[in-house]
Amino acid sequence: MTDVPLGHVGPAPAADVEDVELYHPHSWITKYVFSQDAKVIAIQYSLTALSVGLIALVLSWLMRLQLGFPGVFTFIDANAYYQFITMHGMMMVVYVLTALFLGGFGNYLIPLMVGARDMVFPYVNMLSFWIYFLAVLILVASFFAPGGPTGAGWTLYPPQAILSGTPGGQDWGIILMLVSLMVFIIGFTMGGLNYVVTVLQGRARGMTLMRMPLTVWGIFTASFMALLAFPALFVGAVMMLFDRALGTSFFMPAIVEMGQTLDRNGGSPLLFQHLFWFFGHPEVYIVALPAFGIVSDLISTHARRNIFGYRMMVWALLAIGALSFVVWAHHMYVSGMNPYFGFFFATTTLIIAIPTAIKVYNWVLTLWRGDIHLNVPMLFALAFIVTFLNGGLTGLFLGNVVVDVPLSDTMFVVAHFHMVMGVAPILVIFGAIYHWYPKVTGRMLDDTLGKIHFWVTFLGAYLIFFPMHYLGLMGVPRRYYEIGEMSFVPLSAHTLNAFITIVALIVGAVQLLFVFNLFWSLRHGRASGGNPWRATTLEWQTPETPPPHGNWGKEVPTVYRWAYDYSVPGAAEDYIPQNQPGTQSSAGMSHG
Amino acid sequence: MAVALILVVIALGSVVFHLLSPWWWTPIASNWSYIDTTIVITFWITGAVFVAIILFMAYCIYRFRHQPGRQAHYEPESKRLELWLTVVTGVGVAAMLAPGLFVWRQFITVPQDATDIEILGQQWQWSFRLPGPDGKLGITDTRLVSPDNPLGISKEDPNGQDDVIVEGGELRLPVDKPVKALLRSVDVIHNFYVPEMRAKMDLVPGQVSYIWFTPTRTGTFEILCAELCGVGHPQMRGSVVVQEQSEYQAWLEGQASRSFARLAPAAQ
Repeated sequence: MTDVPLGHVGPAPAADVEDVELYHPHSWITKYVFSQDAKVIAIQYSLTALSVGLIALVLSWLMRLQLGFPGVFTFIDANAYYQFITMHGMMMVVYVLTALFLGGFGNYLIPLMVGARDMVFPYVNMLSFWIYFLAVLILVASFFAPGGPTGAGWTLYPPQAILSGTPGGQDWGIILMLVSLMVFIIGFTMGGLNYVVTVLQGRARGMTLMRMPLTVWGIFTASFMALLAFPALFVGAVMMLFDRALGTSFFMPAIVEMGQTLDRNGGSPLLFQHLFWFFGHPEVYIVALPAFGIVSDLISTHARRNIFGYRMMVWALLAIGALSFVVWAHHMYVSGMNPYFGFFFATTTLIIAIPTAIKVYNWVLTLWRGDIHLNVPMLFALAFIVTFLNGGLTGLFLGNVVVDVPLSDTMFVVAHFHMVMGVAPILVIFGAIYHWYPKVTGRMLDDTLGKIHFWVTFLGAYLIFFPMHYLGLMGVPRRYYEIGEMSFVPLSAHTLNAFITIVALIVGAVQLLFVFNLFWSLRHGRASGGNPWRATTLEWQTPETPPPHGNWGKEVPTVYRWAYDYSVPGAAEDYIPQNQPGTQSSAGMSHG
Repeated sequence: MAVALILVVIALGSVVFHLLSPWWWTPIASNWSYIDTTIVITFWITGAVFVAIILFMAYCIYRFRHQPGRQAHYEPESKRLELWLTVVTGVGVAAMLAPGLFVWRQFITVPQDATDIEILGQQWQWSFRLPGPDGKLGITDTRLVSPDNPLGISKEDPNGQDDVIVEGGELRLPVDKPVKALLRSVDVIHNFYVPEMRAKMDLVPGQVSYIWFTPTRTGTFEILCAELCGVGHPQMRGSVVVQEQSEYQAWLEGQASRSFARLAPAAQ
């Protein structure tokens, strides 16, 4: 937390190497396809992830059609239904959210926000995207493989994932899924190392760690966590691939399948669950922490007020990141693991609620005595607080081991995790796109379309997932192709399911409006200028918008203050850019 | 203004929905009413926090909305306020965790007088095994499973000779007697779930897990599989029939003589 004394910061010394033409791309291919510019890579990541997101959206429509109107759509049989939910889940968690936050926003924002010209390893950065792209192709290919994609559920629990009772278990589906995940992890590792090293080594003069915007802190912490968490999934995938393809028994005990005794023995299905969730729980925060960071900056900028309790926000991010590695087995309370684990994992899980709650308080306290501009990005940020709070609080039910017993594996869980790591982070993604689109394109997204998109998405998502908790509370299990006759489920529950489906179709449809807005505003949007939101952080201070390769023209910026000098008393404007020298000190941080 | 109003509607609407919705848990039929109590405590605490924070947000959005001439207050942090909030949150969390862990200890501590029964899952049906007159279950091995020995019971073990086997049918239990269900699977992971019993635990191939409960009222309750086990997952149903002690005993004796004949060494 050392602060660079204002007086001692001189202009950056001349670069050791001249800016030679060689660095810059010369052909269309090196500029737009095999580009080494983090900003182009960011756009490639984002467009690919958004495309996968559209596929996942259609899959969610299909599964909701079956749940809302069972038996009406005959082309959705049980096999197809399980394939849809599996692909929807895996696509959203890994190929959309992780890729978009880290590969998309990470690539675009880290170099610009810390005042670097690019990522530290641009070539590896390019490879990272193309390997990710390959992983997506392999995943999508499984739709066309014999037997179709795997229907094992996104958690891929063995033994069922590799047996014949599950779609794709004895066909190509599960193999392609595992290979795709392995390829994804290889690609991500290249990107993740880049993000971490760039934050640690590539910052501009004066950009101390405790002056970084929370967006960078969130993405940095998440990347670091992902580098530690993904290897567990990688190992699990390798072992399961061996079990499936080579007949090993890492996860396979003695099994009699449909009357046939299999030639397997001694493996442990629980071992896979531990590996999976050792990845899977940090993964929740790998998605959440970038969202936390971004939303902090959106709220601060649009409330024209410094983020409240910046240092606490940073420590809370780090605490959540560290704690998230010791809570994984709360996904396994009813898995048949040693029940005494329950005491430990319930305690760690509920402790993690404390730093998380602090973050929520500080977002809300940033609004307190602010000057709130309800721009579209701000609307999404506010909606994030509502949905994240809701989903976080239901997490206290599921984390508290004994309360989890009746709720586990029911629709309550589905509602909880969609609210907390589906809806909430996606609202942040939308907010962030509305916020940074002007920097990427030089034009504003259309406001009216944005507001329609916002209200339908936010209210619709709340109407979908809030009542869904009560289906789970009643006992309706998740991952049921059809509820059928259940003595304790009243007719009204089926009506509720139909209602949820209709709302889901509408919310899905309005996303097409958003996609339209993205393309339409590219040409017809209002010109934005370099800093339309009058924000302090460095990415808004580039000499050109959109920033060219190398970002800063001749001279990289020097940083004189923290990222949150909004409405400083006595200042001429209600914001002071980080690279503006002057005596208006960064009051809050000077005692760091 | 509209935004603040909608947030108020969301906060209050959620509470109204909670109170008025027809969808609530099934009437309990086991000793685990403690779990329900813990859920109710959790609802109160989290509900209060939810409403308080959303209403505060709505107030801020209304009160501090942008107007000409407004300037935000510059205050980077308040250690005092942050400390207070942390402490209050800690207390709230402890208030939920403590009863939770207390009940969990009961949940995993099987009483001495519980009767062992076995529940076996396979794609996609339930089977059950009850101890015969000797009150003991015989040992099993998945590798012994065959068409005439679907549960893989070892014929060497005398304890298993009189075990009562129920395939793909109903699990009968006497009311007010604690049972310890030993859970076993021969193929993939399943989950024994009876909503009215608040009971749920995975059946994992290669190991034996357990769950215990005391049925507290007679009746028939549905058994669902709650762990995805392949395409037949939603069809994997069964039922628990809780009977008066005398009725149960009469049924059990009828069954015991039948299985005895089937599994006796002479019949091999």
